Amino acid sequence: MTRPIGDVVLALESISLSFGGVKALTDISFDVREHEVRAIIGPNGAGKSSMLNVINGVYRPQQGTITFRGKPRRDMNTHDAAAQGIARTFQNIALFRGMSVLDNIMTGRNLRMKATFLEQAIWWGRARNEELEHRRKVEEVIDFLEIQHIRRTPVGRLPYGLQKRVELARALAAEPSMLLLDEPMAGMNVEEKQDMCRFVLDVNEQYGTTIVLIEHDMGVVMDISDRVVVLDYGRKIGDGTPDEVRGSQAVIDAYLGVAH
Amino acid sequence: MEERQDTFPRLLLHHARVRPNHPATREKDLGIWQTWTWAEVAAEVRSLACGLAAQGFRRGMHLAIIGDNRPRLYWSMLAAEALGGVPVPMYQDAPAAEFVYVLNDAGIEYAVVEDQEQVDKLLEAKPQVATLAHIYYDDPRGLRNYEGVTSFARLQEIGREFDRAHPSFFDEEVAKGKSSDVSGMLYTSGTTGKPKGVCQTHGAFIAAAKGGAEFDRLTASDSILSYLPMAWVGDHLFSYAQWLWCGFTINCPESGDTVMTDLREIGPTYYFAPPRVFENLLTQVMIRMEDAGRVKQWLFRHFTDVARRCGAQILDGKPVGALDRLQYALGDVLVYGPLRNVLGMSRIRVAYTAGAAIGPDLFRFYRSIGINLKQLYGQTETCAYVCLQPDGGVRFDTVGVAAPGVELKLADNGEVLVRGPMLLKEYYNRPDATAESIDAAGYFHTGDAGVIDAGGQLKIIDRAKDVGKLAGGSMFAPNYLENKLKFFPHIKEAVAFGAGRDEVCAFVNIDVGSVGNWAERRGLAYSGYTDLAAKPEVYALIRECVEKANAELATEGDLAASQIRRFLILHKELDPDDDELTRTRKVRRGFVGEKYGVLIDALYSGKARQHIETEVKFEDGRRGMVAADLAIEDAKTFAPQAKAAA
Repeated sequence: MTRPIGDVVLALESISLSFGGVKALTDISFDVREHEVRAIIGPNGAGKSSMLNVINGVYRPQQGTITFRGKPRRDMNTHDAAAQGIARTFQNIALFRGMSVLDNIMTGRNLRMKATFLEQAIWWGRARNEELEHRRKVEEVIDFLEIQHIRRTPVGRLPYGLQKRVELARALAAEPSMLLLDEPMAGMNVEEKQDMCRFVLDVNEQYGTTIVLIEHDMGVVMDISDRVVVLDYGRKIGDGTPDEVRGSQAVIDAYLGVAH
Repeated sequence: MEERQDTFPRLLLHHARVRPNHPATREKDLGIWQTWTWAEVAAEVRSLACGLAAQGFRRGMHLAIIGDNRPRLYWSMLAAEALGGVPVPMYQDAPAAEFVYVLNDAGIEYAVVEDQEQVDKLLEAKPQVATLAHIYYDDPRGLRNYEGVTSFARLQEIGREFDRAHPSFFDEEVAKGKSSDVSGMLYTSGTTGKPKGVCQTHGAFIAAAKGGAEFDRLTASDSILSYLPMAWVGDHLFSYAQWLWCGFTINCPESGDTVMTDLREIGPTYYFAPPRVFENLLTQVMIRMEDAGRVKQWLFRHFTDVARRCGAQILDGKPVGALDRLQYALGDVLVYGPLRNVLGMSRIRVAYTAGAAIGPDLFRFYRSIGINLKQLYGQTETCAYVCLQPDGGVRFDTVGVAAPGVELKLADNGEVLVRGPMLLKEYYNRPDATAESIDAAGYFHTGDAGVIDAGGQLKIIDRAKDVGKLAGGSMFAPNYLENKLKFFPHIKEAVAFGAGRDEVCAFVNIDVGSVGNWAERRGLAYSGYTDLAAKPEVYALIRECVEKANAELATEGDLAASQIRRFLILHKELDPDDDELTRTRKVRRGFVGEKYGVLIDALYSGKARQHIETEVKFEDGRRGMVAADLAIEDAKTFAPQAKAAA
């Protein structure tokens, strides 16, 4: 792989998040560099999804600083995160099931639409030109993810693996600079996983998109990530290249369990 | 100056002059159909050819072409021919290991491929192919950081520079071409042994294209969908030779998965598909009809009955009663028209099927709803052009009369022999094979056994060398039996055994789509092919089919002895990746017989079950094991009956 990994774009410092008495994240710090594939792994309940939710502003951590593109802040907010070029997919698919694949992906362009509600409603003037432009972009994504054959199919009729791909398509339609993927390969068979890996790497390579992903499949994580951060019970127990992490005793203990 | 139209590049320039603004090629890209006119195609080909020349491609060299049907790949064939080179289209779904043989056999130095997938395969094959030096790709996606491969755009850029420096080069090269030059090398599918490169001249393919075009009155205003493998002779004839002869429009689908939608959007006037495509289309329609409301179901059933009764006669212009005509006209408005539209066949004037036998019900169905589906017969060595069915003389069990310019006769053993301008020049580097298949009188031995019926139409029974005898001395034509089984929608593949044995036994592959749907409707849960195939209910379903086939065979004289006594449903689908089928999906009976020897023994030894483990190759090259305990069942056979008077 020859894409150059750049400077730190996102730095999380001493993040702590709790819900009442439950400590979801405790004093976690790690960073994400431009153009890299950064994985977050850990057993169930380790705080991985919470971490993603902190990054794109769904949760507000009680402590810590988030520095995104050089600008430190106490927390992100979702709209701000999206406007800054952070897009995401969800662990349990969050698409509009009754809408076609094309329409679902079009919603990913929403933030970039300038026309007013009224203009869009009567599809006139700049709304029209804008839609043609957005449609072109969406078609590029459709081509990129090879889902031309389901363009007009309602999402609800698609098999799970394809729905996941549509979700990725919607995230990509926003032309993000950073993509957060929450278990993009959960519940997939081997072939679907391979396809998804290839798409994730292609996105990273073709568009230079920085990718932060949560994944359970160790083979996948070790294969496609540049660096891995390991969480367990809301604490960071490892951080480094796949090889470093694989060799770490704390990580092995967390995954295999340890006799107390 | 009198214009010679005797090579493909000259035909291209001819169209660019005569109909410069007529659409020549369309491709659906980013959801929109893009069009190139003949003048534009000529310009594209010119820059490609000049690019290749600047990169050292010379007269007589071979250019490998690998990928789905993409305009630029068709243009590359023209570019190679313009320089006096020979395009060698290869099957795009073959794994790298299979590429190696053909690449070496053809001595490939230059290759033009579609995308990253094919580039990866070529790079994988490269260490074993000493000659391969230049790889060009169409779709740049994922290839940005590859070294040693060149994009199409870059190649054309080089070409345009070269063209500016040598403005007369292209026309001179085209002028050097001769009709007797080899224009393309298509590899045989290798049903038996290694594939052989079939060298066809411009003259041969143009003769075949011209003969077929005149036979069916094709014109420049026709339009076809190009979706069959470019390495297949059928596509080379329809999407290339006839395209360039007639000057019509070829349309390249967006991807392999969108063919159905693209077919509807384009509405071709001329259509070619192997029987399985027609079968899949019909299966999809039938599955959707079962989900339709009562009224629609009733309408569909009623009017397909009407069509079955009189549709084909109306299509052939035969006399039909006034009441039936009225019913048919009503059916056309309510059912057949909309159905043709859904199938993308509203505008079809002529449709052909070839490559395998087509089931009688299937064939009649399409004709009955007003689609002029016909059969043709030919092989790679004859430019897919030997017999065609004339309008008004279409029958499901024959392949038609000798095409214009073709001489046809049967050898003493029933083998079909043909002679004419469409014959191959030779097998590449295989004078032994050439001498074996073309006799002193110039007849090509097709290897097919056939008979000519009272109407002068040829009927193909089987491969001549496959026709054997049962131990009792009766004729055994395995292909004929397999086709009979495959005509049932639930059966996808069948392999019959019996040569030299007392009785006939068979392996069956169920059709997962059709049987799966059947199972779902009965609330029968299954996890995959292997599981579904082993269900006793499925066995009963297949037994019913086998017994129906037996009942038919009982009426067919000598073939009555070939009734299938025992059968089993294989635990895996026969697959070209496991060498069980050829790339054109024909069963390699010998190989299958050896691989599953233990199953054949079990069939003939009367066992009720047999355990088997089989290694399978996945698409990505990994291997795995499939194991199963297969049941073996007996099928009812029937006493031979005299054939009912036809």
